[in-house]
Amino acid sequence: MATATVAATAPLSNGFLLRRGPNEGAKSARGLQWTKNQRQSASSRRFGAAVITAKFDLKPPPYPLNALEPHMSANTLSFHWGKHHRAYVDNLNKQIVGTELEAKSLEDIVIQTYNNGDLLPPFNNAAQIWNHDFFWESMKPGGGGKPSGELLKLIERDFGSFEKLCEELRAAAATQFGSGWAWLAFNPRPSDGKELLVVKSPNAVNPLVLGYIPLLTIDVWEHAYYLDYQNRRPDYISIFMEKLVSWDAVGAKLEVAKAQAA
Amino acid sequence: MEMHLPRRRLPYLLPHLLPSQLALPPRSLLPLCPQTRSIPIPPMALRAIASRKTLAALGSGLRAQARLATTAAAAAASRGLVTFSLPDLPYDYGALEPAVSAEIMQLHHQKHHQSYVTNYNKALEQLEDAVARDDAPAVVKLQSAIKFNGGGHINHSIFWKNLAPIHEGGGEPPKGSLGWAIDADFGSWEAFVQKMNAEGAALQGSGWVWLGLDKEFKKLVVETTANQDPLVTKGANLVPLIGIDVWEHAYYLQYKNAKPDYLKNIWKVIDWKYASEVYEKECR
Repeated sequence: MATATVAATAPLSNGFLLRRGPNEGAKSARGLQWTKNQRQSASSRRFGAAVITAKFDLKPPPYPLNALEPHMSANTLSFHWGKHHRAYVDNLNKQIVGTELEAKSLEDIVIQTYNNGDLLPPFNNAAQIWNHDFFWESMKPGGGGKPSGELLKLIERDFGSFEKLCEELRAAAATQFGSGWAWLAFNPRPSDGKELLVVKSPNAVNPLVLGYIPLLTIDVWEHAYYLDYQNRRPDYISIFMEKLVSWDAVGAKLEVAKAQAA
Repeated sequence: MEMHLPRRRLPYLLPHLLPSQLALPPRSLLPLCPQTRSIPIPPMALRAIASRKTLAALGSGLRAQARLATTAAAAAASRGLVTFSLPDLPYDYGALEPAVSAEIMQLHHQKHHQSYVTNYNKALEQLEDAVARDDAPAVVKLQSAIKFNGGGHINHSIFWKNLAPIHEGGGEPPKGSLGWAIDADFGSWEAFVQKMNAEGAALQGSGWVWLGLDKEFKKLVVETTANQDPLVTKGANLVPLIGIDVWEHAYYLQYKNAKPDYLKNIWKVIDWKYASEVYEKECR
């Protein structure tokens, strides 16, 4: 039931974002396995074959860009997905071309480039791609309402009530200072028996790096809400909870998480 | 960022501290109270109060917010606490167009900066209470709120002074000793601007890009800070001269995701009077 701040745990403090800028990360990267894949480029030179460099695609949301109106405008989606999310994809593809990261899944790239808090340059792009894919799935047209079944049971067990969960999620989203995310996550190895927890994280960080399985997220970077709500982040959070959140998606992710943990 | 102000019972307000009897200029934009300390502002600030354009911007929402902030500040002041207040802008909200839109300037000043001031005052009051009852954990827990909100107040107060309308000198590169120092420490004005813009563009998340003076070595530096961390968090000897806000709220309504365009254009309204004064004082 505790609200975990990813930023507060020892190796994950905001200090890392200050101490290790992208350039400093690159210097330490040379000491790691993030090396050029020389065999691949050599073979492409030998055969003169075109190398497919676009590894990751920009996945569209599971609904049209105007489907979340009036709660999240098509205008917002066109910039948030069409520009921000797209840029993360384009930039990551450029960063990993010819490196060993090219052969890895997005999740593996996120964990590897998180590098225990000593962020490597591709982390921001990789994690933001992952986070945004997940964010679109966390919402649906006609969302809101209440969860049911196994998900509701676990929520009531670990938070006391659905209302208490909502309160914690809203508080986490409202108090994540600067850019970041608030999450409902599944802890496969809870020390206190509580598998569900609320987490907030700065910038691109997500609960995967803590070994948790995300179930739901709300983007609280200003670009997520500024066109529709300006400075009124609490209003955006309320509307997200009341009209946008897809508890179906959360329930489905919980089933997968429990199967993985078993 | 916007935080919920908790619903709290305000201490009993003595009749003589009713808002009408506080030393409030009749149509002031901003909550003031007798023991308020605000960062010194040029006399031109009075124009902001008198200007019809800025007064017209006063919505009932702002009045409500100002009343709440005034009441809270008055309550704190009645206990002898120093409180901070939102400094006036020395220019109209629309005066920096087209580089920065009036809509952004108004929201940025009246909502974002005001929110930092309000929450800073609240955190300081809570700090005083925690110190008084010897509650060390509570004191430590308040540090992040003080850094966020106090930093937000400090940084934005500098920012407003770093901006001026073009017809009042905004956009003019610095002359004199600061101008020469930029050439000496960065090679050229263009190289300096390019460095600021590159650092600002590369900053991930929310934060600021600064021209600072290392007062120990008398050297100019370009630095970035995350969130609302003041420049001094990057070095105790660093004095901020120019700060550019690269939080999305500083540009999003106008420039959307095109942060580099915002950085290119804001130089048209960056003013060097304050920066030069600070530089000359430190380098005397």
